[in-house]
Amino acid sequence: MNRAILDLWVGAFVALGFVALMFLAMQVANVSEEGTRGETITLHARFEDIGGLKVKAPVKSAGVVVGRVTAIRFDSNTYQAEVEMKVSAVYPFPRDTIASILTSGLLGEQYIGLAAGADSEMLKDGDRIEMTQSALVLEKLIGQFLFNKAAEGGSK
Amino acid sequence: MIRLLRTLGHLTVDGIWQVGFATRFLFAMLRHSGPSFARFSLTIRELYFSGVLSLVIIVVSGAFVGMVLGLQGYDTLQRFGSESALGSIVALSLLRELGPVVAALLFASRAGSAVTAEIGLMKATEQLTAMDMMAVNPLARVVAPRFWGGVLSMPLLAAIFSTVGVIGGWFIGVVVIGVDNGTFWSQMANSVDFREDVVNGVIKSFVFGWAVSLIAVFQGYDCTPTAEGVSRAITKTVVYSSLMVLALDFILTSFMYIVK
Repeated sequence: MNRAILDLWVGAFVALGFVALMFLAMQVANVSEEGTRGETITLHARFEDIGGLKVKAPVKSAGVVVGRVTAIRFDSNTYQAEVEMKVSAVYPFPRDTIASILTSGLLGEQYIGLAAGADSEMLKDGDRIEMTQSALVLEKLIGQFLFNKAAEGGSK
Repeated sequence: MIRLLRTLGHLTVDGIWQVGFATRFLFAMLRHSGPSFARFSLTIRELYFSGVLSLVIIVVSGAFVGMVLGLQGYDTLQRFGSESALGSIVALSLLRELGPVVAALLFASRAGSAVTAEIGLMKATEQLTAMDMMAVNPLARVVAPRFWGGVLSMPLLAAIFSTVGVIGGWFIGVVVIGVDNGTFWSQMANSVDFREDVVNGVIKSFVFGWAVSLIAVFQGYDCTPTAEGVSRAITKTVVYSSLMVLALDFILTSFMYIVK
């Protein structure tokens, strides 16, 4: 076969292969995702109960992904969960920001929602978010509901 | 009884000898790989035969595998009311398993068998011996370029397979069944990790490329130089490389995702 045609075909094949890889990286895996690239600051937060939160879960504010959970530990002094997250340095948050564990959809994955406060000082790298709200555990809610119903029934 | 033991022992020794021979063959070939990169046109020719000519089967089967994943995934997921996870299911199963494995199996039967047949026939018609007589090393001139052509085209073929599969799954899920387009892609992007899934898939297909290409050239080079020997060598190539790919896949998967 003609050398030039051969080269052309192989070149097209290799280019196609790399386009496929790029597609997988960009569209499927979304490497360029917001909040995981560029400069980040590390924040800590303690939660009574993290429910089903996992490492790499998104940190969102107003529904926009601003960071990722990077580590989850158990603190045996306070018996609380210690969550470490990296938040994009592009978005500064006030010191009295509230971190709560929320669920996307009824059975969706859990994420950390940040609700900005009104403090004029901003959170710095390594700071701790003091105000936290635990995950809603469905069993506890149902238990509470039943307990309240029972109490109502008893008082009648 | 004694005969049975003897057969068992013979098979074991034979097997070990074969593995040892294949390993020595691999190192001899690696040592003589210089010309396949210095004279890259040799490898380009093999890239054309094992890579470009495999494209049709890879693209068609990728599209069908992706479409089947879309249908089956939807059917299962809608029972739990979570059709939105269809994108993740399609992408993860393609990137982690089906892409590398099915592409390698197709590659073994499409390109591996062709390589074995070519080298085997060259041996049967004493072309390899003739090259040796002319002071041309057949390992460097014939075997190594075919090996490297296979090794280089395998990851590209697997990536193309996965991509076409994702598009096939998207076609069935979004265009035909009507899952929301945005949900499909965003769920996919949320659950697929570049390092964990895409890179691991590429590593897998690279390893499979080595295994399939080595088996193909080795069986061709090692075959009995008769018509029957060549045909047996081709069968062996397909059977051994399929088994090897599946076994390696299990080992690689257990190292990549379970043992951490």
